[in-house]
Amino acid sequence: MAQGAATLPREATSPRTMRKPRRKVGALLRRYGLHLIAIMIGIVLMLPFYWAVISSLKLGTEVREIPLLWWPRVAQWSNYADIWNVRFFPLWVWNSIFLTVVATTGTVVSSSLAGFAFARFQFPGKNLLFTLTLATLLLPAYVLLIPNFMLFWKLGWLNTYLPLTVPFWFGQAFFIFLFRQFFMTIPIELDEAARIDGASYPRIFWSIVLPLSAPAFATAAIIEGINQWNSFLRPLIVLNQPETYPLSVGLRYFVVNPGDNLPKDHLLMAAAVFMTIPVIVIFFVGQRAFVRGVVMSGIKG
Amino acid sequence: MATVAHAAGAARVRAKPSKLHREQVFWAYVFLLPWIIGLIVFVSGPILFSLGLSFFNYTLGSEASFVGLDNWIKAFTQDELFWPTILRTFVYTAVVVPLSVFGALLVAILLNQRLRGTTVYRTVFFMPHLAPTVAAIFIWLWLLNPQYGLINEIIFQIGYHLTGTGFKGPGWFGDPAWALPSLMLVALWAAVGGNMMVIFLAGLQGIPQELYEAASIDGANSRSRFWHVTVPMISPTLFFNSVLACIVAFQTFEVAFIGTRGGPAYATWLYGLHIYQTSFQFFDMGYGATLAWILFIALSFFTFLQFRSFRNWVYYAGDAR
Repeated sequence: MAQGAATLPREATSPRTMRKPRRKVGALLRRYGLHLIAIMIGIVLMLPFYWAVISSLKLGTEVREIPLLWWPRVAQWSNYADIWNVRFFPLWVWNSIFLTVVATTGTVVSSSLAGFAFARFQFPGKNLLFTLTLATLLLPAYVLLIPNFMLFWKLGWLNTYLPLTVPFWFGQAFFIFLFRQFFMTIPIELDEAARIDGASYPRIFWSIVLPLSAPAFATAAIIEGINQWNSFLRPLIVLNQPETYPLSVGLRYFVVNPGDNLPKDHLLMAAAVFMTIPVIVIFFVGQRAFVRGVVMSGIKG
Repeated sequence: MATVAHAAGAARVRAKPSKLHREQVFWAYVFLLPWIIGLIVFVSGPILFSLGLSFFNYTLGSEASFVGLDNWIKAFTQDELFWPTILRTFVYTAVVVPLSVFGALLVAILLNQRLRGTTVYRTVFFMPHLAPTVAAIFIWLWLLNPQYGLINEIIFQIGYHLTGTGFKGPGWFGDPAWALPSLMLVALWAAVGGNMMVIFLAGLQGIPQELYEAASIDGANSRSRFWHVTVPMISPTLFFNSVLACIVAFQTFEVAFIGTRGGPAYATWLYGLHIYQTSFQFFDMGYGATLAWILFIALSFFTFLQFRSFRNWVYYAGDAR
């Protein structure tokens, strides 16, 4: 709109004023066409969610009814209560929350410390260490997973939560990079002023850099929180007691172990939707921080 | 005397930053301590360890025996699943990466048209990326269920309205010919509006408007503006996204593991599954480490190639090169 208004004077002075109306119609058509494309993409991308939510609200007898029901006859909200009775569902939810909180806190704390060191200090080996840090971003997970699994086995950590929490208290390259990028945007003069006032480096980190870095911490916490909530392979190989599973691994039991022979697809869909909702809520709460974080890590990479 | 005093003064001046420096070095390592430990214990140590492990025959809990290059030879010459798995993983990557990268770019371009309601579109497009992979796969399994899924119902209805008899949709995850395309579909669905799109969007918004205006004055139509302004300006982002997308695609696991368990008839047996089964179901750690290292080498080589081609097609504005 603003663009159209800005070009108007030039058009008015141009001799070819005849073309103006046609061009406007063309622009309008193009605009509506683009909206149409955007809406269609939106519908296609939303289709799986639609089908999941609709199925989760059907009766157990309705999910496999032919012809298919595009809408449940009566929305069965009780399905969302019933999933809590399937196997260890309440435990799985609790385990997921616990693991997500502990591992995310660890990642954020340890990575922000390292990011601060890379952003603020000159020390021997800095370039080498930073290059190494970035190089770990390109490592395939399996190269680490096998020896780490053996380490956990040697330590007697299998079937405990230690492998799913402790390693995350030792930093992750991606977040170290993210924090470094953010800390470097904070004027170093603030540090220097605090130094003159006699503040120690931990003090500077705690009382100057930290309060100014809320967006970076929010970004890291959201991204890592979502990663942890979705984490599948690690708990899958480390845990083998169903009651200790996080939700991501437990979800399989809605299919693998139906108990009776009745179709449980409505409950599986309810559980899948249930697992997705917290992620979407957290994303909405921190959307701006999240997008900024993705962009920051991508553009300057 | 004066010169001595002067020298002493200079020394003191020089000593001061060095004390500051020493303090910095001390605190740098204190702040980095967790990461340095993590790097040694959970990253670089394990990498070297797994390289060593690849020269041993070792099943978890048994005696390890040195076998030299046997594991490596086994992978390339005796493991019947190896080459088909490599090929399958390449096909998967070769389809998913270009389609998702260009899909994400197109969606980003669409969102960069300053349409009313762009924020709403962006949020909607991003949603698939947010769905936990595990949940998304179960949803897709159900969506693509040959009998009770919505997609085959839509296909049927289209046929019904066009010809009077319904079209029969494919068997999707259950059909060896369709299983891998089904996995690709799930990956594309999650990727086109996801992180890559957001990164592209930021890149597009960073292109100075004057470039487009200058191109228009020179008579460039919208297509040549796209190829000669947008693409060169976005090429660093394109490169970054492609490299990361390849690394992710090569390691695909969850979709194939939960969606199809590698089947039917090994149709979706991707490299990640091969490593998983070897290491964590058969606990053949020596051979598993070998497979992981082959992936590591292949990925490094592939990334290296991408970086080499990088100079030919990636344009950095403000760069002297």
